[in-house]
Amino acid sequence: MKAFFSIENLSISFGGLTAVDRVSLDVTPGTVFSIIGPNGAGKTTIFNCISGLYRPDSGRIIFKGEDITNYKPHKIAQKGIARTFQNIELFSRMTTMENLMLGRHIHMKTGVWSGATFFRKGSKAAQEEMRHRERVERIIDLLDLQSSRNQFVGGLPYGMQKLIELGRALALEPELLLLDEPSAGMNSEERQDLIFWIKDIQDELGITILLIEHDMRMVMDISDRILVINFGKPITEGGPQEVQQHPDVLKAYLGEDEALEHAA
Amino acid sequence: MFFQLLVSGLSFGSLYALIALAMVIIYKASEVPNFGQGEMAMISTFVAYTLLVSHEYSYAISFVGALVFAAFLGVFLEFVFLRRAKDPNILSLILITLGFQMIIYGLASWKWGADQRSLPFPISDFDIVHLGPAVLSYLNIATLLIALLLMSMLYLFFKYTKVGIAMKATQQNAVAARINGIRTNRILAITWAMSSIIGAVAGMLLAPIATLDPNLMLDPLVKGFAAAVLGGMTTLVGAAIGGYILGVIENLFGGYVSLEFKSIVAFMVIVVVLCFKPSGLFARHYVRKV
Repeated sequence: MKAFFSIENLSISFGGLTAVDRVSLDVTPGTVFSIIGPNGAGKTTIFNCISGLYRPDSGRIIFKGEDITNYKPHKIAQKGIARTFQNIELFSRMTTMENLMLGRHIHMKTGVWSGATFFRKGSKAAQEEMRHRERVERIIDLLDLQSSRNQFVGGLPYGMQKLIELGRALALEPELLLLDEPSAGMNSEERQDLIFWIKDIQDELGITILLIEHDMRMVMDISDRILVINFGKPITEGGPQEVQQHPDVLKAYLGEDEALEHAA
Repeated sequence: MFFQLLVSGLSFGSLYALIALAMVIIYKASEVPNFGQGEMAMISTFVAYTLLVSHEYSYAISFVGALVFAAFLGVFLEFVFLRRAKDPNILSLILITLGFQMIIYGLASWKWGADQRSLPFPISDFDIVHLGPAVLSYLNIATLLIALLLMSMLYLFFKYTKVGIAMKATQQNAVAARINGIRTNRILAITWAMSSIIGAVAGMLLAPIATLDPNLMLDPLVKGFAAAVLGGMTTLVGAAIGGYILGVIENLFGGYVSLEFKSIVAFMVIVVVLCFKPSGLFARHYVRKV
């Protein structure tokens, strides 16, 4: 069977530090796959390898049967993989609308010349623009972003910026969505909403999600499978129940002594 | 006399504005003040001259040819020099631009020598039009109009075209641009091509009234840079307005105070601006978030 998305023995080191050490994973389409682990475990580094920002030292990344390991970021985007960042990476001096429209970049065909005849009746460019705007409006509705539509995103509250970044990733119409700590900096109410939205994205849009998250309740609630890593090495992989019970996981999260107490 | 000084100041100012724009476009994309900008414009102007005088092509072919050359030159410099820099900091980038500035200067001196030439131009600097109390040459008017036309094209380009918007996106956040499918390397190359073309236009408009030699752009580049700093290195509109302001102030000073010290006015203006508004007159002061 051709895997939807898999990573085989991915390793990367910076100087003497091995940030990711032979990590493998296999994601079933339509599911939520979470990567958890303490700070500095190498989770974001894995994302950066997938999206082409880093070049892994060894290992392969396969998406829909294609080896995408050393593709450049723009090529990865064209293949249908979108992502968000732990520290928001938005175009801060653009409006929400403009940010989301930029998410549609790979779908835009219009060049300078056909764009110049925009106001001609039945212009292709105008029709295309309409289609893109429709898509973006749907995302704005979905994520409840109406109030900030025409505001510069740089000045908006943190939680809202996180949502806009999620919206921009959705605008790309990805098949695989990488979410890097989407709930960081959100209050508990916003977190609740986020859980619903992620479920919506999975169920209604049929997008497969690879998630990095520290909020354990959220991870256990929405993940189909979980990979635990520490110091760049995989510790265990399994469903939420299995992972929660695993002694090494308790050790990594709680420390040696408390893990023993917990077990006792 | 005031009106005359004002209008001819605006005409000169539009050249400064074009050079300032060329610099700001690159500064916003590559985050480096390109001190090779003047020489890039100078050698493109020489290409126009050679096509026109040595090969006797028509004005249209020569000028368009020079602009095409300018575009390739911009892409070439970005690709060969800037892109090779590993983890560059601002200082090393500045040195790189100074480096190819000297290379181009040397090449031009070797190819065309230090002879003072004049670039034939289809629009005369001696036919004049009376505009109220002021007198303007056809060339002044053409300069004003061409600059305005270029600026409005730039405005539309950045506001409405896919490439223009991708350019803005790359300037604001290169990482985000890349993961959204924008080829930032290609965008940088296009940026350099555009900037080089704008500079070349300024050079070709300047050459008929100045003398064409390898020093053609020495003074105008400094003025253009000054204009960009005056308006704010991060804003296109600001840089353009900075160019006009500088042209007018300089001309008024030359007319009313002293012609000899006309040139230093630019620098006095910069010092004053940098004291009171270091980010430039029109730049919103913005602090990069980490």
